[in-house]
Amino acid sequence: MKIHEYQAKELLAKAGALVPRGLVATTPEEAVKHFDTFGGKPVVLKAQVHAGGRGKGRFVGGPADLGGVKYITSREKVADIAKAMLGQSLVTIQTGPEGQKVSTLLVQEAADIAREIYLGMVLDRAKGVPVVMACAEGGVDIEHVAATTPEKILKAEVDPDSGLLPCQARRLAYAMGFLGEQATKAEAMMMALSKAYLEYDCALAEINPLVITPSGEVMALDAKMTFDDNALFRHPCVEALRDPSEEDPAEARAAKSGLSFVRMDGSIGCLVNGAGLAMATMDIIKYHGGEPANFLDVGGGANKDQVTEAFRIILADKRVKAVLVNIFGGIMKCDTIATAILAAFQEVGFHVPLVVRLEGTNVNEGKKILAESGRNIITADGLTDAARKVVEAAKA
Amino acid sequence: MSILVNKDTKVIVQGLGKAGTFHAIQCRDYGTQIVGGVVPGKGGTVKEGIPLFNTVAEAVEKTGANASMVFVPPPAAADAICEAADSGIALIVAITEGIPVLDMARAKRFIKDRPGIRLIGPNCPGVITPGQAKLGIMPGYIHKPGTVGLISRSGTLTYEAVHQLTALGLGQSTCVGIGGDPIIGTIQTELLQMFQDDPGTEAILLIGEIGGTAEETAAEYIAKHVTKPVAAFIAGQTAPEGKRMGHAGAIISGGSGSAKDKIAALHKANILVAESPADMGITMQAAIKRLK
Repeated sequence: MKIHEYQAKELLAKAGALVPRGLVATTPEEAVKHFDTFGGKPVVLKAQVHAGGRGKGRFVGGPADLGGVKYITSREKVADIAKAMLGQSLVTIQTGPEGQKVSTLLVQEAADIAREIYLGMVLDRAKGVPVVMACAEGGVDIEHVAATTPEKILKAEVDPDSGLLPCQARRLAYAMGFLGEQATKAEAMMMALSKAYLEYDCALAEINPLVITPSGEVMALDAKMTFDDNALFRHPCVEALRDPSEEDPAEARAAKSGLSFVRMDGSIGCLVNGAGLAMATMDIIKYHGGEPANFLDVGGGANKDQVTEAFRIILADKRVKAVLVNIFGGIMKCDTIATAILAAFQEVGFHVPLVVRLEGTNVNEGKKILAESGRNIITADGLTDAARKVVEAAKA
Repeated sequence: MSILVNKDTKVIVQGLGKAGTFHAIQCRDYGTQIVGGVVPGKGGTVKEGIPLFNTVAEAVEKTGANASMVFVPPPAAADAICEAADSGIALIVAITEGIPVLDMARAKRFIKDRPGIRLIGPNCPGVITPGQAKLGIMPGYIHKPGTVGLISRSGTLTYEAVHQLTALGLGQSTCVGIGGDPIIGTIQTELLQMFQDDPGTEAILLIGEIGGTAEETAAEYIAKHVTKPVAAFIAGQTAPEGKRMGHAGAIISGGSGSAKDKIAALHKANILVAESPADMGITMQAAIKRLK
């Protein structure tokens, strides 16, 4: 799960990180009020969307020079820029061409910057523990640094129980060239990052950039946090930060029914049991010249209600020209799923061809139920046959 | 021969709710020695013919169990895994899906401190040595005793692969579902070594998916240490970056974990990779023929 920048900063501040003063605005008037609250000093208006690359992003139909992050020095400009951002869709490298609608702005006191560094914490899958990463070049695309000059990234493995140790933070701080009081401040930031990451079961926590001001303050100028979905059950305070407007409505709807759904760009809807097989089903559609419209895993024990809801979600996408059901019955029996498919087929009202491939437990009974139903369902034998038939059907 | 489990494996089941009980019976029907179950508070009773114990330690003492299947729900699953490890259970197979990553990070360190304990999973279908023992939720009847060792991060896709192998007359020595989570107990390279050392295994099928770099590491390992024929398939060639594809661990992030990179690494190690998931079986067959 993702949250907004201003929410991440609040959580980091609670863990002891120093963040610039900032207030949230949902109207231009509010933004102006906050500008006044900060004494009319320069501020930065930051569009709050769950996507990176905001500064370099552009608003749909907006001015060519306005991104999602803007430094402003005058009261009049605050109102103008807030008006140009709020309610508009921001397109960044992470959003797709339609962009993401901005409904909240962070009005932040502008900081003078002497130096920027990168600080992040993420799970190291190979090592099985989280690691704190630091890079002396801040504000950079850390993925690019990792790919081209990995030696520039300093790391410390973190024990999930004790957290980042002061000695580890000290090592990173001095290795990045901090001295004296600034090293102590940088260490405190790292300790706060580790504390927040572990306390809230983060999947990623990032301060990019961490800035050092000319007066020697060390502050989190930008922050990003994502969370381990499996651990949300023990963090109602994090769950409360969820912004449904940032999530794909179909994906959110699927999640409510215990379905795992990801929207794609193609024309062939997929309903599959098991995540690996669901990915492989998308792959084989592409392999035979089609494009999947979605990833959908109904899980191990899908019932009629889940299958019906899955069909509804798939068919709500007007780009879908054909649907493929691919089930390998293990514990889930093929006759059970065939009955569920028929019931759902009837209830949903199919307007595109449906191809069904069943294999595994009680496959013959399942196929018989579909064949005898008199419904217009195309049955397939094997993965290849299924993929060819559905690609063909989608083209017709 | 086989790896990890055989007809002598004595298994307890941790978590005998609806799913745990159903699968315990299925495993027993397959021929697995299910010697007990652990349900705190229900010690001394019997469920579906399975004697129950309050703790794993007690179950081990009374039954001589050396393996456990974990079905405990996510919030308490990592603790159940640690309990099994603390009681000296040599093989822990964790089926549970949805365990918090940090819980697994802690459990993995706990196990690391106890030599001789191996964890398979979590979020996996389990382990089966066809004709001998099944510790998991896979449909037993699609398997056939033989000499292909199978390593997979997935569930139903593994059944698909097994189905294809069996249809071609290629039986399996042992099939291991290692799990779809970011942190798992046993990784590909460890199982590759076990299969390489197992005289009953003549070929290995590796089924990977997007996320992490374990397949790249496995490819390097195979090039250096595996002399038996290996075939592979990687699921998720069409998956977009930054989206979790069902499994918690199936996500391309930070430019790493794509199917393209994994396939390239496998090709570089001279491993045959099935282009279509329908060809996993015949690709294994081709790899076997190539080495003969």
